[in-house]
Amino acid sequence: MLASVADETGQAESRREAGRARETAAGAPRREVRPSPRGGRYRDGVRAVAPLVPAVLAFGISFGVLARAAGFPGAASLVMSATTFAGSAQFAVVSVLGAGGTAAAAIGAAVLLNARYGPMGLAAAHVFEGGRLRRFLESQLLVDESWALSNRGGRFDRHVLVGAGALLYVGWVGGSAIGVAAGDRLGDPATLGLDAAFPALFLALLATQLHSRHAVLAALTGGAIALVLVPLTPAGVPVIAATAGCLVGLTRPARATERRRAPRAAAVARETSS
Amino acid sequence: MSAVWLCVLAVGLATVAIKAAGPVLAGDRDLPERAGRVVDLVAPALLAALVATNALATDDRIVIDERAAGLGVAAVAILLRAPLLVVVIAAAATAALLRAF
Repeated sequence: MLASVADETGQAESRREAGRARETAAGAPRREVRPSPRGGRYRDGVRAVAPLVPAVLAFGISFGVLARAAGFPGAASLVMSATTFAGSAQFAVVSVLGAGGTAAAAIGAAVLLNARYGPMGLAAAHVFEGGRLRRFLESQLLVDESWALSNRGGRFDRHVLVGAGALLYVGWVGGSAIGVAAGDRLGDPATLGLDAAFPALFLALLATQLHSRHAVLAALTGGAIALVLVPLTPAGVPVIAATAGCLVGLTRPARATERRRAPRAAAVARETSS
Repeated sequence: MSAVWLCVLAVGLATVAIKAAGPVLAGDRDLPERAGRVVDLVAPALLAALVATNALATDDRIVIDERAAGLGVAAVAILLRAPLLVVVIAAAATAALLRAF
């Protein structure tokens, strides 16, 4: 799958056909797929994120179940999944309100958790196209997974972000609806180890980025900041503060970075062919 | 308005605005090269933080549990150049097996 994410050059038609069959079977949203001048396609995003759909669906279901148990009207759970579309913040609201916390505490925790989408959106801002309305709508498909998958060796691909984000949106909102409807008759996703799928995904995506010393330094700094802050700050702050790891980019002249672009591109090409 | 609906609407509006801010406002503008290099490094820094917090944090504590074991197996799979699907399944299966025993 990683290979398909890193694919800049296009693949054999037979593999595309296989991908199409899988998408249809998985109930992916049908959209007009057209080749892009920059190489990416919506379908690439759908294919890249497909392995995560069971986990996202399961977490959507558990959100619906937990929200209902915490006294959320069904409509409130669905409106939240459709507008917030960010698991950790939604779970935070449910757990704060469920434990008797105030609305202010719940809102504060959720907004802190989602503040990371500020820097993420800024990093990917240049790939969005068209007028403000279109940018606005497509930006709503920004979630950790779609953002991370659409980052191909340091450059973002709008088609992958939108394709992956759309399938994740369907899975998340659909899962929430199932959870609200089915109540607690469903099991805990942790039993299936699904909570361990997400760090593994992020590590695999991080690995594709570590082709320069800067990137390794930024990752180590970001990870260390997050771990140090976990016991000290409210949830959400560690990840936002970790963004500061990008400041290691100030430490070197431009030429050093440019030179390293070439080996990084070669490494992406190697992954593609393997 | 109930506390639930207040939270749903406030968090929804805030999140929509946060997600849209970069793509709508920064848009097509090219960043200065130095700023561009810094923004390029947002991804590895944030990804590493997501790995760390998703694998090791439970509320405000650092916890080494089945997720960490799954992450270790995932790291081995990544070093062996396994496809993403295999990496993700290996991590989930490791955590599930450890919890089953």
